[in-house]
Amino acid sequence: MELFLHQVLAGLATGGIYACMALAVVMIYQAIDHLNFAQGEMAMFSTFIAWQLIQWGFPYWLAFGATIVISFAAGVLIERVVLRPIHDAPILSHVVAFIALLSILNSGAGFLWDWTIKSFASPFGSGQFLGQTLINKHDAGMIAVTILLLLLLYLFFRHTRIGLAMRAAAANPESARLAGIRVGWMTALGWGMAAAIGSVAGMLIAPVVFLEPNMMLSILLYGFAGAVVGGLTSPGGAVFGGFLMGVIENLAGTYIPVVGREMKLSIALIIIVAILTVKPSGLFGRPVVTRV
Amino acid sequence: MSKLLEAQSLCAYYGPTQVLFGLALDVNDGGITTLLGANGAGKTTTLRSLSGMCRTTGDIRFEGKAINGRATEDIVRLGIAHVPQGRGTFSRQTVEENLEIGAMTRRDRKAIAADVERVYGYFPRLKERHRQQAGTLSGGEQQMLAVGRAMMLRPRLMLLDEPSFGLAPLVVEELFGILRTLNRSEKVSMLLVEQNAALALDLADHAYLIETGRLVMEGPAQQLRDNENIRRAYLGY
Repeated sequence: MELFLHQVLAGLATGGIYACMALAVVMIYQAIDHLNFAQGEMAMFSTFIAWQLIQWGFPYWLAFGATIVISFAAGVLIERVVLRPIHDAPILSHVVAFIALLSILNSGAGFLWDWTIKSFASPFGSGQFLGQTLINKHDAGMIAVTILLLLLLYLFFRHTRIGLAMRAAAANPESARLAGIRVGWMTALGWGMAAAIGSVAGMLIAPVVFLEPNMMLSILLYGFAGAVVGGLTSPGGAVFGGFLMGVIENLAGTYIPVVGREMKLSIALIIIVAILTVKPSGLFGRPVVTRV
Repeated sequence: MSKLLEAQSLCAYYGPTQVLFGLALDVNDGGITTLLGANGAGKTTTLRSLSGMCRTTGDIRFEGKAINGRATEDIVRLGIAHVPQGRGTFSRQTVEENLEIGAMTRRDRKAIAADVERVYGYFPRLKERHRQQAGTLSGGEQQMLAVGRAMMLRPRLMLLDEPSFGLAPLVVEELFGILRTLNRSEKVSMLLVEQNAALALDLADHAYLIETGRLVMEGPAQQLRDNENIRRAYLGY
């Protein structure tokens, strides 16, 4: 029982990270109808920026805040420079742009900070949380920060005018324009926020998976799986899916002997395929109905 | 009467296909103008051209200022509210959120809250359903919401694209009564596109008739209504 609880809590901790990545993916998907494959590399690059700031002597939380701001600005810039010019282009052009972005950021990070694995300090310290055995300090901190972040985002989207404008722009861009909303800027803002959310996820997971240019690969995969499980059209569903993926990953790794540590990643892919086959709109998403 | 909106030699294109061929069209300040024509004549395209939603050439002036080539959101901000065909409701947002979206260009919070109440005054059913998702409303209620959302902008001019479409006759009567009130008491000028010519000519003071993107005739609404040949040939009643 103790093992089970331990695995569930650890799963919720990484699940929070998957939830953030899933949310970032869904936010961009809602705005531009495409999956951003470079979401993970953007988060990885942000984490390197945080690492660099800390190396330069910034205190952790100052570096944390500065990285969020820098990532937000970079996200807006990427949308304006790379995606705005191709927003009417077919899906393949988008895929190519995302892959280009992915490999540029990946190689860029390797070039700037080399490919060796770096350790990334946890702001929560090491050891067990409050002296008990179920959850360690970093996992508890991860859960707290992700829940705080998700709560802030919920309040932003539900209770501010700009949040409402962003939801309107994503739901029905043409009508939003007719209400005078600058839809293009709302998309850019969505990119900035997705990049900022990703940076938080990257900084929180870096002490666990260590810092290196490929660190976010598996995490983004679980993020995608979470987004697909919850439904790509449902931010709340994506968050739920992310947490669920974290728990499933840990439990499967512990209780299904063949899975073990090595086969964990295939779980994400199996779930993606299964959901897309059985319920393509996800658990909370709405099927897309088009009049023809 | 002075002219609020003037369009000269207006042409519009979807990709390489030309849809409008040199329309000239005015809306008087304080008036209701209707644009009539058969399916595919270019009525919706005309409204979309005025709102900067398709590629156009020609000259469009609003309050004397050229607006063609401007972005839709900038044209809207000048005070032109477009109620699109199919109503353009934000179906997952609540009725009240839809109204707030309509006021997104404004900053005067108190006046916005007052305007929400004003819209509810015109459409009491919207008030009853203000926390309901807009997608769950009936067709008539959604059309009222679309008009209400346009009112939230405090527009000088409303472009209405087939507001009677798919609605029961009684609902249409109620809606058109409210449009008339809006025009008289709130001084909102209107350009109304309708398939239901009898209805539109009753409400409007001036009418244009177009066919395959070209102007066929124009004149006071009264005159078109009384001309039997035109009625038979173009208006079908």
